[in-house]
Amino acid sequence: MQKITQKMLIDKAVSLLDNGTVTKVLGWMEGQFKYDVSPFVFKSKEALEKGFVFNHFCGANVSKYLVKETKKDEGKILVFLKPCDTYSFSQLVTENRIKKENVYVVGIPCDGMMDISKVKEISGDGIIDIEFKDDKINVKTLYDGDKEINANDALLERCSNCKSKKCVYYDELMGENGEVSDSNRFDEVEKLEKMSEEERFNFWQNELSRCIRCNACRDVCPACTCEKCVFDNPKSGVENKAIADSFEEKMFHIIRAFHVAGRCTDCGECSRVCPQNIPLHLLNRKFIKDINSFYGDYQAGEEIGNRAPLVDYTLDDIEPNEGVMKGDEEDA
Amino acid sequence: MQRIGVFVCWCGSNIAGTVDVEAVSNALKNEPGVVFSTNYQYMCSQAGQDLIINAVKEHNLTGIVVCSCSPRMHEATFRKTAQAAGLNPYMVEIANIREQCSWIHKDMALGTEKAIILGKAAVAKVNLNAPLTPGESPVTKRALVIGGGIAGIQTALDIADAGYEVDIVETKPTIGGKMAQLDKTFPTLDCAACILTPKMVDVAQNDKIRIFSYSEVCDIKGFVGNFDVEIKKKARYVKEDICTGCGLCTEKCPQKNVPNEFNLGMDNRRAIYIPFAQAVPKVATIDPNTCNMLKNGKCGVCAKVCTANAIDYTQKDEIIHEKYGAIVAATGFNPISMDKFDEYAYSQSKDVITSLEFERLTNAAGPSQGHLVRPSDGEHPHTIVFVQCVGSRCASCSEKGKEYCSKICCMYTAKHAMLTRDKYPDTEVYVFYIDVRTPGKSFDEFYRRAVEEYGVHYIKGMVGKVSPEGKKLIVQGSDLIADKQLKIEADLVVLAAAIEPDKSARPLATMLTASMDTNDFFTEAHPKLRPVESPTAGVFLSGTCQGPKDIPETVSQASAAAAKVIGLLSKDKLKGNPCIANANELMCNGCSSCEKVCPYGAITYVEKEFRMPDRTTMIRRVASVNEAVCQGCGACTVACPSGAMDLKGFTSEQIIAEVDAICK
Repeated sequence: MQKITQKMLIDKAVSLLDNGTVTKVLGWMEGQFKYDVSPFVFKSKEALEKGFVFNHFCGANVSKYLVKETKKDEGKILVFLKPCDTYSFSQLVTENRIKKENVYVVGIPCDGMMDISKVKEISGDGIIDIEFKDDKINVKTLYDGDKEINANDALLERCSNCKSKKCVYYDELMGENGEVSDSNRFDEVEKLEKMSEEERFNFWQNELSRCIRCNACRDVCPACTCEKCVFDNPKSGVENKAIADSFEEKMFHIIRAFHVAGRCTDCGECSRVCPQNIPLHLLNRKFIKDINSFYGDYQAGEEIGNRAPLVDYTLDDIEPNEGVMKGDEEDA
Repeated sequence: MQRIGVFVCWCGSNIAGTVDVEAVSNALKNEPGVVFSTNYQYMCSQAGQDLIINAVKEHNLTGIVVCSCSPRMHEATFRKTAQAAGLNPYMVEIANIREQCSWIHKDMALGTEKAIILGKAAVAKVNLNAPLTPGESPVTKRALVIGGGIAGIQTALDIADAGYEVDIVETKPTIGGKMAQLDKTFPTLDCAACILTPKMVDVAQNDKIRIFSYSEVCDIKGFVGNFDVEIKKKARYVKEDICTGCGLCTEKCPQKNVPNEFNLGMDNRRAIYIPFAQAVPKVATIDPNTCNMLKNGKCGVCAKVCTANAIDYTQKDEIIHEKYGAIVAATGFNPISMDKFDEYAYSQSKDVITSLEFERLTNAAGPSQGHLVRPSDGEHPHTIVFVQCVGSRCASCSEKGKEYCSKICCMYTAKHAMLTRDKYPDTEVYVFYIDVRTPGKSFDEFYRRAVEEYGVHYIKGMVGKVSPEGKKLIVQGSDLIADKQLKIEADLVVLAAAIEPDKSARPLATMLTASMDTNDFFTEAHPKLRPVESPTAGVFLSGTCQGPKDIPETVSQASAAAAKVIGLLSKDKLKGNPCIANANELMCNGCSSCEKVCPYGAITYVEKEFRMPDRTTMIRRVASVNEAVCQGCGACTVACPSGAMDLKGFTSEQIIAEVDAICK
């Protein structure tokens, strides 16, 4: 497969800017450190050439930024979407959150993005520079010298369990389109299901008690695009902005999982951004697994206009008590 | 802060027998917002209502809680009372301490505790109540009747009689429906045509009624009082307004071998045809599938013989748009297909026929001019076996038939048996039955006459097998009363096929957003108290599209549906239910979840300009609820991910307050 390089993406962006197809480009920009890459909207050729990066740390799913960007009266925006980002994109189009006509999507292949915390586990702290090669990186550190790390050895959790290498929506594709992968992403959920109620409660108690309620998971989540979040709405009855008690904290994540149920594409951004390393994606995956077993396999965002089982009704729908029984059987 | 009055009803001893009403009114006195609390023997009586009105005035009450029976019973009463006292009627909440409390408890202490809790929940809700005002919408004073059988005809005639315009849409070239195919009608044995055709003529001559025959409804939009309907008038290749119905073309047409639907394929018609002599409108129709001129441009005989020049081979389907205030579904029924019942040899022998085919055979206008003959050889049958419940009352696991009783078969089979014995006393008639069901005026007498006066052999038991042997049909069945197996050599076997709703009903229900049961019969708004209304406002049900019915029942239901339509059309404006969904535009994401779950099609989306905090404007897609269509079911409020949808009078905040009050 042809490797997509930073230069190829910049050239593509510049040519689309030059021929007037788009007026701005949504991509990634390097931050203070080489591994600290954030989404950014570039509005000129110069800005692109100066700041646009594409490397093993471009994990950020940029589709959510299109909600605001496509509503601005600034012309068409070019966006580079990795396969898993295209699922979020088409889900957001389905929910009428992104104006498709204001976007030019270039689908790009992806071999998995790296997790900086896993990198640091190997290299040690004090990273001062990173050199990028095809499938490895060379890390220079203050204390432990240089270290070469294979990309595959420090992948993000969601990439090591990649659900699909297929871009489900694009105006143009760079490289070749992949296939839906045979992923083991539900293995962890099954482990949790096998636990006793008490074990499971303790597991989540332990994980969620670390939450500092920074809201990063909510803010990054492409399914969380409400005009006003229920947690910010004093009339909702669940409003809170800080940890009041441990019970409320659990409720925050559980309510959030309910709110995105049937719409979550399992992009894994919640876990990627969590500064406390809480495996939040497991809550969402449990919902996805349950929806699959109750209503048949369903992948949110697979197709624009897809009708999610939770907002659809058929005569064959599972009855509520059947659902509980089915869930119990699987738990047992 | 509300000033709430609590009124605890004894309902004689209905409530006071198991609930300490004094304790309830005392306990609720201390709830937040409550400024007055009392109890009385019959709160719904005039004295009870006066007590409420006086308390409102004396204590400046802003909200009322009545602890009494189910809101289904007296909510309307107490809302009127509140209105009389100068309050908004929606400032009243009912705590149901009778059906949901006193009637199900035996222990006074438990009952009282629960009544207090239910009262607290109602108080918590009233604290958050806001005055509500119903919206209004205008009414188009015209009705649409879909289906031109006896049900549709009767409904249309009654509506027209009240002075309103009615359109009938009928898919066949003529109105009349199944009744036009029948011979005699039970229990009085008058001839179906003699009583139906005058009504068909009445319809044709009524200047308030338009008939769209050979037409179908393609699309329905809008809501009660304001439906927009698209009707497709199929090309019949004959100018309806010019054709005199002389029938010359139908005699000269060289295409002679088209199975005649009206006689259930037992004889043939031409490619250009008039279904039967008394058809309304009496206009010829060309069947495009069999007409040589339309298929390959070779013929044109009908155009040559037509003295009125009514034939038009270039005619196209015509789409008509019309507005209606009310829609009546009268789509009727069909006998089920006998394909899955091959044990009765229907497909193997021409002499195994359905009851509707039997009607045509005995009808003077039928394929045999009313002579009862075997379809195979035209000979007179000497032994006839009638089999009842073919496909009716099947086990729920059966994939062949229907679980329900088709209701009309017992009576028409008794009629067939009796008429056969009357006209051909030399014919032996056997009827196999599971049960004979004859509730209805003069019905049982009729059946007994068949048995006692006409000597019809009724055998309790089912037929297991019919096998053709030579010219005979060997019928094997069991006689459960004599406890023996029977073998009858029959000349003709008549199957009382179950009836099912017409296939057009399901797509129509989808267009109407009207609900159906698992058998595709339309569902009533209430099976006992609102039997001719669909749960969808402005949609009414007439005849067998709602369930199996005989003619008298169909006609009375048709008139009842007409009465409901007239009641609706007589209003200039419709007052809606104010307890409907409401989208908070500031919070709405425009995600369409609510639109997808709305069973009434009440939610649409609009692009609206919003001022943003940074002084810019942004155009956003937000949900908009059509107040006249929304029925207040609340499905949208739970589907909405951001909590932008709420139900007026049942807001999430109110419901959570109630739950909190109960759980505290």
